[in-house]
Amino acid sequence: MNHYDLIVLGAGPAGVSAALMASAKGLRVALFDENAAAGGQVYRAPIMPDAKMDGAEFRAGETLRDALSRSKVRLFLGHVVWAVTGDYRVDALGPDGSIACTTTVLLVATGTTERVVPFEGWTLPGVIGLAAATILLKSQRTLPGKTTLVAGCGPLLVAVAGNTLKAGGDVKAIVDIASRGEWLGTASALLSRPAIFKQSLTYGLPILRARTPLYSRHTLVKVSAQGDQLLAEIAPCDAAARPVAGKTKKILVDCVAVGHGLTPSSDITRLLHARHQYSREAGGWIAETDENGQTSRERLFVAGDGAGIRGAAAAMEQGKRVGLACVAIIQGKTVPEPEAENLSKAWQHAARFGQKMAAMMALREGHVDSIPPHTVVCRCEDVTRAEIEQACEAGAHDVNQLKAWTRCGMGPCQGRTCGDIAAELLATKLGVSRETVGIFSPRTPLRPLTISDMTGDYDYADIPIPKAAPL
Amino acid sequence: MTSTRFDVCIVGGGVMGCSTALFLAKAGMRVVVVERNALCRSASGVNAGTLTLHMTRAALVPYAMKAWEMWMRPETWLGQGVLATHAPGLSLAFTDAEVMMLEERAAARREYGADISVISPQAAMKVDPGINGSIKAAAFCEIDGFASAYLTGRAFYAALREAGVTIIEQFSVGHIERQNAGYRVSTEDRSQSIVASRLVLAGGVWLEPMLAMIGIHIPVKTLINQLIVTERMPTVMRSVLSIANGLLSMKQFANGTVVIGGGWQGIGSRELGGRETIPENLIGNLRLGQHAVPALASARVARIWLGLESETADAMPMIGPLAQHPDLFVIGCVHSGYTSGPYMGKLLAQQILGQQPEMPLFDPSRLLPTDDQAVASLSRGQ
Repeated sequence: MNHYDLIVLGAGPAGVSAALMASAKGLRVALFDENAAAGGQVYRAPIMPDAKMDGAEFRAGETLRDALSRSKVRLFLGHVVWAVTGDYRVDALGPDGSIACTTTVLLVATGTTERVVPFEGWTLPGVIGLAAATILLKSQRTLPGKTTLVAGCGPLLVAVAGNTLKAGGDVKAIVDIASRGEWLGTASALLSRPAIFKQSLTYGLPILRARTPLYSRHTLVKVSAQGDQLLAEIAPCDAAARPVAGKTKKILVDCVAVGHGLTPSSDITRLLHARHQYSREAGGWIAETDENGQTSRERLFVAGDGAGIRGAAAAMEQGKRVGLACVAIIQGKTVPEPEAENLSKAWQHAARFGQKMAAMMALREGHVDSIPPHTVVCRCEDVTRAEIEQACEAGAHDVNQLKAWTRCGMGPCQGRTCGDIAAELLATKLGVSRETVGIFSPRTPLRPLTISDMTGDYDYADIPIPKAAPL
Repeated sequence: MTSTRFDVCIVGGGVMGCSTALFLAKAGMRVVVVERNALCRSASGVNAGTLTLHMTRAALVPYAMKAWEMWMRPETWLGQGVLATHAPGLSLAFTDAEVMMLEERAAARREYGADISVISPQAAMKVDPGINGSIKAAAFCEIDGFASAYLTGRAFYAALREAGVTIIEQFSVGHIERQNAGYRVSTEDRSQSIVASRLVLAGGVWLEPMLAMIGIHIPVKTLINQLIVTERMPTVMRSVLSIANGLLSMKQFANGTVVIGGGWQGIGSRELGGRETIPENLIGNLRLGQHAVPALASARVARIWLGLESETADAMPMIGPLAQHPDLFVIGCVHSGYTSGPYMGKLLAQQILGQQPEMPLFDPSRLLPTDDQAVASLSRGQ
């Protein structure tokens, strides 16, 4: 089995910059990602390798990919990591079958999962996440619909609307839970980051030019099928995202792209039993770390949005900083000042804007409470809000008990979509904290895999069947 | 909490403790169940839910048959059920050695009343066309089936509340003391305690440390069983499958998911619970499952989890009073314990209520070190 000094899981900005840093300092590094190219969500590569796109994000992605291809980092792209064990063995399934390797230091840079707070009609075809719309636009170069409604909260609203318009699509409206005042509150942080400011202009200008209607402090309350199209109903809401009385509006579109922020993907650090804490502002449950990014488990590090949402620019800086700490551990040294100090400063500087954005995307107290009783919350297993609350009345008081009693979170997505919402519902209903109700236990496989992929070729005689059970 | 004096305090809210509590409360006793986690979350709610005689220890077959009927008819004692489903059971042999093992194991169970016959591959294919046609023989038992074990906690929670049992979850017992013709059970920091006239220890793998709190030393082994469930899929099998040596258990539920188990081990301990899966053991278990039902090749694995199982030195249960400790009872360590659980609880309740249990119990005292062993361990400085 191959052994590395450092295995990095996730080839987004944090993972790539950490891998490059560690490799440049002489470590044997392996980098895993389930996508066919590095870049992560923000610096996502087009699936056609010769496709040239413009824009700072595409160019930044190409720079990362170039640097990787010139480095000694061993790349495992297109590899689905399905198990990570306590002795830091990584099992993955790639285009050529199963592989397993081990590492001395493990860095988890798995980013985030999109949150959608359910509403009536959210499971209809044509209703997609902002992240899915981003993948279509960046990777497939496909418009989400001829006409699109963009709804939810946070910077992805602007990015998806801007990219859709730039690609020649028609954005009928932007529905934003945040108020104009909340956006103004981010202005000083934005202006201190000229690169990001410039980048946001590339999204903002097409929106202004197209005179796309913007409904601030509004939320999507219902989507219904209308022939081949979708009829979206929007309503004014309060700062907690609870719909309030006022003028509602109906908009007919082909696609509704909706997202209510991001939540850190902590499956792997939870699987490894690192200590976690809940932070509403940083997106949800995140692994506790020291200043080097090391978790409560020795030689297990986290970096990037998975360690608390701060955005791609901050992830890039943090990746370098954490990569340096990984190098120090392998070489048996402490992290060298002043290099560490400079990187920390750059990271903190970049994080200030990301922090503002994370706060705007944080799950708002009244939002989950606005889910109608018969709306499905767990879409893999068709569990409604009412069923979750009935289980709560029947005595379930932690999310794993809730899972067993309702099947909420037992489907193929393993609660990545519903977990945050189910836990919030339970905590609200019981009047306790999110820490008290807990989080779904993580499980292997980290992604669903077919049995034949996991078993490979074998003969019955080769199966190491243990000795017989007692008679 | 100390203001109520209970007739019985049951430590451990798994299927053994909960069913004992239920029968005692229905007979009019004031019962409290204390559980360190939530009801039925450690073994009883996370096992494979197999209700099979093929894998039940031969001597426990009569108990399992009684319990099988209880699971299938929850309305007679539990109220809401656990989706127990009657399906035929097959145990498969792929080699000549396995055929011999199959015949031996079937004969042993027949002796205890299980109606198990060894049938031809053609006959087995008729029972379940999904199985691998290359088998050499199969053992067949009409009385078999499965339950959705994850529903166990919910069913017992409702039934115990209905019967007036006090349920205290997240209560981790740290001290047990004999007190005024009864017992005081307290948390580690003694901030909460319960007083009851009788005490039932129903802690599964935790029986060893529980018994140690009152100075009794009986080793209990902890097994960490890996379980695998697929996504929902079209029907690929209709029987409950095992293999000759007992190390596969597999069935497809009404919702289309297939659960694959069989006691393949993961990593964990009594103190930490199930910690992690062992990839080689998963792959071995999956290969066996896919070999038994080839159509499983295209199924996607959704989730793998770990469940604890307890075992005594002779792999037989501890159920009954403990000699020299008045009003103290133990129940647990039943091989295939989920299958037999409700009936075992009923029997212990009969004993506690002063009745003659319908079937013999399993004296825990047999597992106490004999004087010779005690002297030997003392002389070794243990």
